[in-house]
Amino acid sequence: MSATSPTAGAGLPAAHSISLTLNGQPRRLEVQPWTTLLDLLREQLQLTGSKKGCDHGQCGACTVLVNGKRINACLSLAVMQDGAEITTVEGLAEDGRLHPLQQAFIERDAFQCGYCTSGQLCSAVGLANEGRAHSRDEIRELMSGNLCRCGAYTNILAAIEDALPACREGGRS
Amino acid sequence: MTAHIGKPLDRVDGPLKVTGQAQYAGEFAVPGLTYGVAVNSTLAKGRILALDVDAAKAVPGVVDVLSHLNRPRMAAYDESYTDMDSADGAPFRPLFNDRVLYSGQPLALVVAETFEAARYAATLVGVRYAQEPHQTDIHRQAPHDAPAELPKPRGDADEAFARAAVKVEAAYSSPVEHHNPMEPHASTVVYQPDGGLTIYDKTQSAVNTLEFVSHIFGLADGDARVLSPFVGGAFGSGLRPQYQVVLAVMAALHLKRSVRVTLTRQQMFTFGHRPQTLQRLKLGADQKGHLEAVIHEVLGETSRFEDFTEHVAEWSGALYHCDNVRLAYQLAALDVYTPLDMRAPGAVLGIYALECALDELAVATGVDPVQLRIDNFSPVNQNEGKPYSSKQLLACYQQGAERFGWSQRNPQPRSMREGHQLIGWGMASGAWEAMLMPASAKATLAIDGSLVVASATADIGTGTYTVMTQIAGETLGLPMDKVTFKLGDTSLPKAPLEGGSFTVSSVGTAVQQACQALIKTLLETAQKDDDSPLAGATPDDVECVDGCLRLKADPARSLTFTDIVRQSGSPSLEAQADAKPEAERDKYATGSHAAVFVEVKVDEALGTVQVSRVVSAIAAGRVVNPKTAENQILGGVVWGIGMALQEETQLDHHLGRFMNHSLAEYHIPVQADIQDLQVIFVEEHDRIVNPLGSKGVGEIGIVGVAAAIANAVYHATGKRVRDLPITLDKLL
Repeated sequence: MSATSPTAGAGLPAAHSISLTLNGQPRRLEVQPWTTLLDLLREQLQLTGSKKGCDHGQCGACTVLVNGKRINACLSLAVMQDGAEITTVEGLAEDGRLHPLQQAFIERDAFQCGYCTSGQLCSAVGLANEGRAHSRDEIRELMSGNLCRCGAYTNILAAIEDALPACREGGRS
Repeated sequence: MTAHIGKPLDRVDGPLKVTGQAQYAGEFAVPGLTYGVAVNSTLAKGRILALDVDAAKAVPGVVDVLSHLNRPRMAAYDESYTDMDSADGAPFRPLFNDRVLYSGQPLALVVAETFEAARYAATLVGVRYAQEPHQTDIHRQAPHDAPAELPKPRGDADEAFARAAVKVEAAYSSPVEHHNPMEPHASTVVYQPDGGLTIYDKTQSAVNTLEFVSHIFGLADGDARVLSPFVGGAFGSGLRPQYQVVLAVMAALHLKRSVRVTLTRQQMFTFGHRPQTLQRLKLGADQKGHLEAVIHEVLGETSRFEDFTEHVAEWSGALYHCDNVRLAYQLAALDVYTPLDMRAPGAVLGIYALECALDELAVATGVDPVQLRIDNFSPVNQNEGKPYSSKQLLACYQQGAERFGWSQRNPQPRSMREGHQLIGWGMASGAWEAMLMPASAKATLAIDGSLVVASATADIGTGTYTVMTQIAGETLGLPMDKVTFKLGDTSLPKAPLEGGSFTVSSVGTAVQQACQALIKTLLETAQKDDDSPLAGATPDDVECVDGCLRLKADPARSLTFTDIVRQSGSPSLEAQADAKPEAERDKYATGSHAAVFVEVKVDEALGTVQVSRVVSAIAAGRVVNPKTAENQILGGVVWGIGMALQEETQLDHHLGRFMNHSLAEYHIPVQADIQDLQVIFVEEHDRIVNPLGSKGVGEIGIVGVAAAIANAVYHATGKRVRDLPITLDKLL
């Protein structure tokens, strides 16, 4: 349950106190009711790996994992995530070892500017968790919520194809 | 010998990008940061009578609302607002006065302690306008001649066309497009305790941003520094400083506080765009398809305050041999923002029309489209009367056609199908310039043997960090991990705009020359010791291998870099180079070329088009990094698919406003739209373009793609769609 507490700003509604697990760390946070999960990550917690490309759920650059499922962080209010387990791109590598998808993205040059990359990676981890995508066309279809204006789709597809088997063996992220 | 050039090395900034550690302009944490959100005009032309800011200022957390009424002092004259990519005319001046010049123009900036407060308060700013009639329809505005230096007419094109055995005359149109890099334009201005500014900006030139804001706000040398280490795509949108940086600097100076302004996706449609064009092509040829007349007339759109021009028609006088050519270029001035260079500006439009018209000529003459282009090949750019320094376009045709299987093509439209899918094969040529701009770079060798090379260029995803590291490492014989390349910082040696596909050519040459100058410095330093093993050697006598300087003739006579730096008595040795085009270049025309082959599948019942296969054969000189270069071409092809089938910013002429200003309604290719894309780099040696022999690959990949798709759609369906994008309604 979320609790409320008064905030400094005169006339502002009370902030809510929420608890969540972020990249493996338990966190207790004070959030305004209108703050999106994406703005919480980027502006309050300086986790700027999750990107804001449209703020409307149209580009996928803000994709993060909530309880292993991929969602657009710009379309979720932070207060809705009380008790959730959240993984952002900053939490994909473990003990300094890159996630198989991160490694594959480097080897396949699956990005140019890098601005959609965090969302592509989290989305691909979510895709692996879903247990779907057994053909190239299925990967293409199921990764179509993540735009890449640089047009690195060919290499993104190749990287995901490379890493999917290892992701499935490794289980949820 | 350490060889990096030509190797498909991983991006040096890859680890930062896949772990979310690469920081972009709107992501730098600053204590006490305030957030600015712009308020944009809702009409296309008029004056602001009144601004009601009371409700906005009453929102808790709002610091101030800036507008033309209370902004700090700004320069008044147009010259102060010109930049490195200005168009002719009077540049837009944000919040300068009460005039509204286009729909979406920023009129005010709300600054608050939090992003949410600023965003909400911006919705509460009331604007009372005196509206004036506007015109945004290119078809309803009298055109004027473009202030562009077109090649003079040669021969008599109209007379040659009149008597030509085979004639093609057709009109083509292309819509407004917006760059839409994934990262919206953003600026974080850090107000330093001494009043100085550190400006993180999304730009294709930190130097351009610094000079621009310095002129506008009267900043002296040293008052500000611009940083831009990572840029989340730009494609031309960052060639001119955009209004968010002006607003952020303005607010920081006014409030004496740090300010961030990030544009929304909707606001990404409130500045430059690829202009709408209407083009008319007349091709006259003999029965075998040899060109006897080319007439290319272009009408482009511009704003009321600037004349934006690009090279649209020129290509029709350069790519093929023809002795009778007339080119024309006019502009229609509309109540919109000034258009802006967008990936392969001009070329992508002019060559679309030219290559579609050539396909129509191939049909009219019965000559195969590839053969037609081979038969009209020109090793000389007749516009300039100069031979190309290299033009391996024939090899592109040959290798592309072979990989694609073009020889199996039945020229008859509607001759191939799979169930209800009509299949078509089309092709086109592409071309882009191979330019070289003055650029500087500095190379610094530390006592531990590590090298830092720096130039104030940018990496907008193109791979600049990586290829410059390769060039420096190769020149000094160092492994990649001993070399660091720095960019995006106005404290570094000057570089040109990152654009036009001239960065590898220009900055790469400067990096190479700085490293060569450093070798000379190392040698001179080594030779200060009378017993030096390199005594008497000239720079030509030595080579750099594994962190050592040694005699080519006697590798045993060698010194480590570390020893030489230590011997100098200083912690490091450095050298700078200011590279310029060589005079030899003036004797030649220079350009990159492409042949694009496309297969489309068109659903006969639904009119949907899928590009199922593309082979793009590229001649761009020496490829520094085949991995990042191939990625550039793949991206260009994706852009061509967007241009051909999806991208169009639609104006409501009644409101004078772009209507589909979101990524849900402005369609760009998604993963499912992209099928089998293949890239071939044909071998091309060119010692004239620059010492590296490299032409750049940022633009060439898109040029020709839209025409090849349009030609393939014709081959599939028998329908010639001459208006981009080719949406299903045009095929049913």
